[in-house]
Amino acid sequence: MSHVIEMLHIRKEFPGIVANDDITLQVEKGEIHAILGENGAGKSTLMSILFGLYHADRGVIKVRGEEVRINSPNDATDLGIGMVHQHFQLVQTFTVTENIILGKEGSFVLDRKSAAKRIKALSEQYGLSINPDSVIESITVGMQQRVEILKMLYRDAEILIFDEPTAVLTPQEIDELMQIMRNMVKEGKSVILITHKLDEIKAVADRCTIIRRGKMVGVVDVASTSQAKMAAMMVGRPVNFKVAKQDMQAGKPVLEVQSLRVLNNKKVPAVKDFTLAVRAGEIVGIAGVDGNGQSELVEAITGLRPAVSGAVLLNGKAITHASIRERNEAGIGHIPEDRQKRGLVMSAPLGSNMVIKEYYRPPFSKNGILKQPVIDKHAQDICDAFDVRSGEGILSLAGKLSGGNQQKAIVGREMALEPDLIIAVQPTRGLDVGAIEYIHKRLVEHRDKGKAVLLVSFELDEIFNLSDRIAVMNSGELIDVVETKKTNEEEVGLMMAGVKTKEAAR
Amino acid sequence: MRVKSNAFLIAVSAVILGLIAGGILMLAIGSNPFEGFFYLFRGGLMNMERVGNTIATAITLMLVGLSVAFAFKTGLFNIGAAGQMLVGGLCATLVAHYVFLPRPFYLLVIILCAFAGGALWGVIPGLLKARFNVHEVVATIMMNWIAYWSVYYFVPAYLKGPSLETESKSIAIEQTLRSPWLTKIFGGGYINLGIFFAIAAVFIIKYVLDKTTLGFELKAVGSNRFCAEYAGIRVNRNVIISMMIAGGLAGLAGMTFYTGYSRNIQIGVMPSMGFDGIAVALLGASNPIGVLLSALFFGMLQSGKGFMNAMTDVPPEIADTIIATIIYFTATSVLFSRFWDSLGKRKKKRLDAKREASAKEAGNA
Repeated sequence: MSHVIEMLHIRKEFPGIVANDDITLQVEKGEIHAILGENGAGKSTLMSILFGLYHADRGVIKVRGEEVRINSPNDATDLGIGMVHQHFQLVQTFTVTENIILGKEGSFVLDRKSAAKRIKALSEQYGLSINPDSVIESITVGMQQRVEILKMLYRDAEILIFDEPTAVLTPQEIDELMQIMRNMVKEGKSVILITHKLDEIKAVADRCTIIRRGKMVGVVDVASTSQAKMAAMMVGRPVNFKVAKQDMQAGKPVLEVQSLRVLNNKKVPAVKDFTLAVRAGEIVGIAGVDGNGQSELVEAITGLRPAVSGAVLLNGKAITHASIRERNEAGIGHIPEDRQKRGLVMSAPLGSNMVIKEYYRPPFSKNGILKQPVIDKHAQDICDAFDVRSGEGILSLAGKLSGGNQQKAIVGREMALEPDLIIAVQPTRGLDVGAIEYIHKRLVEHRDKGKAVLLVSFELDEIFNLSDRIAVMNSGELIDVVETKKTNEEEVGLMMAGVKTKEAAR
Repeated sequence: MRVKSNAFLIAVSAVILGLIAGGILMLAIGSNPFEGFFYLFRGGLMNMERVGNTIATAITLMLVGLSVAFAFKTGLFNIGAAGQMLVGGLCATLVAHYVFLPRPFYLLVIILCAFAGGALWGVIPGLLKARFNVHEVVATIMMNWIAYWSVYYFVPAYLKGPSLETESKSIAIEQTLRSPWLTKIFGGGYINLGIFFAIAAVFIIKYVLDKTTLGFELKAVGSNRFCAEYAGIRVNRNVIISMMIAGGLAGLAGMTFYTGYSRNIQIGVMPSMGFDGIAVALLGASNPIGVLLSALFFGMLQSGKGFMNAMTDVPPEIADTIIATIIYFTATSVLFSRFWDSLGKRKKKRLDAKREASAKEAGNA
């Protein structure tokens, strides 16, 4: 048995929550070991303990068979443990070489040349194709991630931890990263991959440790375990990848967007002559690559951004120039793109966040005085109904919740308003399968109640899974609206690139 | 609840460390720190009159601290309390000289006028911020100087005293905020009715912030204006309201200072309490009750430092240094919160271990 890392019976408690409860992780030398769990299951905590950022309350860590104490990331580095964080820690204006040697400059006189040489060699050895002289701000996110990887290799890391490495990558970059991981293992390194994406685990990992709500569920051999089995272990019940959806006859239009024109922050038209209707009892998905005017369109509909020309109608009434509150009251619910920035007040308790759109009207207040018991009850109801888990219930600060629970709270709040129209922008970004399934189900339920849903997503899977009709957007224009049943991913993909179907047919 | 007690612990730690640092400083200049502190506290507390003076100083600090804390809750940094104090004080002084009414009505008028004067000085930067995105720090500093020079003009022109050009004529004692029965209880000194107004203000502001929709909006805007905007709250309107109320509170502070603590208004002096209030708000963690307590503490240091200087060879600047050090330690409060957290955890761990051990024993038995 050559376990390069052993974490035995690790326990870590935070106020009100046990993040890790008797978790054991054993990584063999030369394997890619995945750690799978929902958001908030305790994966990141476990890795932070291994990397010396947190201290385990109980348990033993062994590296190469010897018991060690890891008090800081420096200790971890000395033991040959390197971590590629989700958020890169790079100096934007420095070159690749300078970033890599930062903190390891050696003697007083900087020897960039030999460092660059070694970096080049490492880069070739592992197939990273990095130019050591590029400046960080001039290279892509995928390349920046490789710089982080090189940083670890340069410090002779034997065990590399990747924390959700694919969240920021394009599909091609993901494939390349997988290859890089395989190269590392071939060279005798060991890789720990933290993720909640099953297809990635299936593609690259040898074994997988599954964690649920801070407890270890099991270790599986990836090759002989199906994705559905792993998903079920992670979530604690069987998971449906496809949402069951009945056919429905769409009713009268709820949202009508007519020849809408909107400017972006640089005062350049971001939405051009856009016309679309969303009817009662249907989900319309807007497909498109990020940055093609989807955000501006949503902001113009919700009132966060003025429209230059054109009209927005809700239930037949013009709301083009209505205030945000008037639109909320008229029946628009909005699951915003950025839950951290717009969706929640992170430093306020969950309870206040749940009434942030309704606090000013009965029953939550009267004559300007808040009715705290009513507010608390409402917030508790939402948390119960939408399975929002937090350390201290509705008193928890919103910022202390995991991403999935934050999102469920927002979805719950918007659904509780029972709006005629829900606009959901990237509603499941960064969430695990359990939460995704849950939120999808809720959106479909909303549609089944005869309400309208406008979905904006950059993930085609999600668009196809939920939408009754798909509107494709490219550089601010509506390319076409197609019925989901009568199209396929290829056709929509082409339209996302700006090719109209008819032209494609020609 | 946990958060609140934490803020209290942080404040107390900062105070203690500030006092220790002050003691080291006294040692460094060759004085006996125990003697120094003895006279510092004695100077603030040794008899009723001294206590009255401590409270009288605290009144103004409390209202300024409240002003800064209130603006801070909306994410605004009101550095213009000094100017708002001057304008509020000037309005109050005018009322004191020219308005004669039965006492309750008179008090109502002087309070309203002082509040309005300060509110005007606060609302202008608020409008500039809301309308043109002018940073409130810049705007309020400028407003400070406008107030300063306006007083410089107004006082000699309209309120000139019999002898001195540099200050307004004294207000008749019956027209000040001082009250015979209060003065009698405390055996003289500067104590005045302002203490009741200040305490009332603390609880009103606490109520507004905790229990009203206005407070809900202000806090939402202060904590995350993007989320507030998304939720349909009018961000700009709240910025204006917040600055107006903050200015009004500082205006009241000016009233207590110029028509209560003192009886005239001097020209060419920017009231330093307008800035000390920032310290009060910081130590009080922007919490109204915290502001009340920290104002009393700073009031004691302020009024005791003269006595310390008279009785020992410790210069009064030491008291100011202590205040500055306390602020410094408050600003680095992250360290304390970590310290207290880890202490709490260690204790819990020990308890857990004990519980486990006894459970095991029970199991064995």
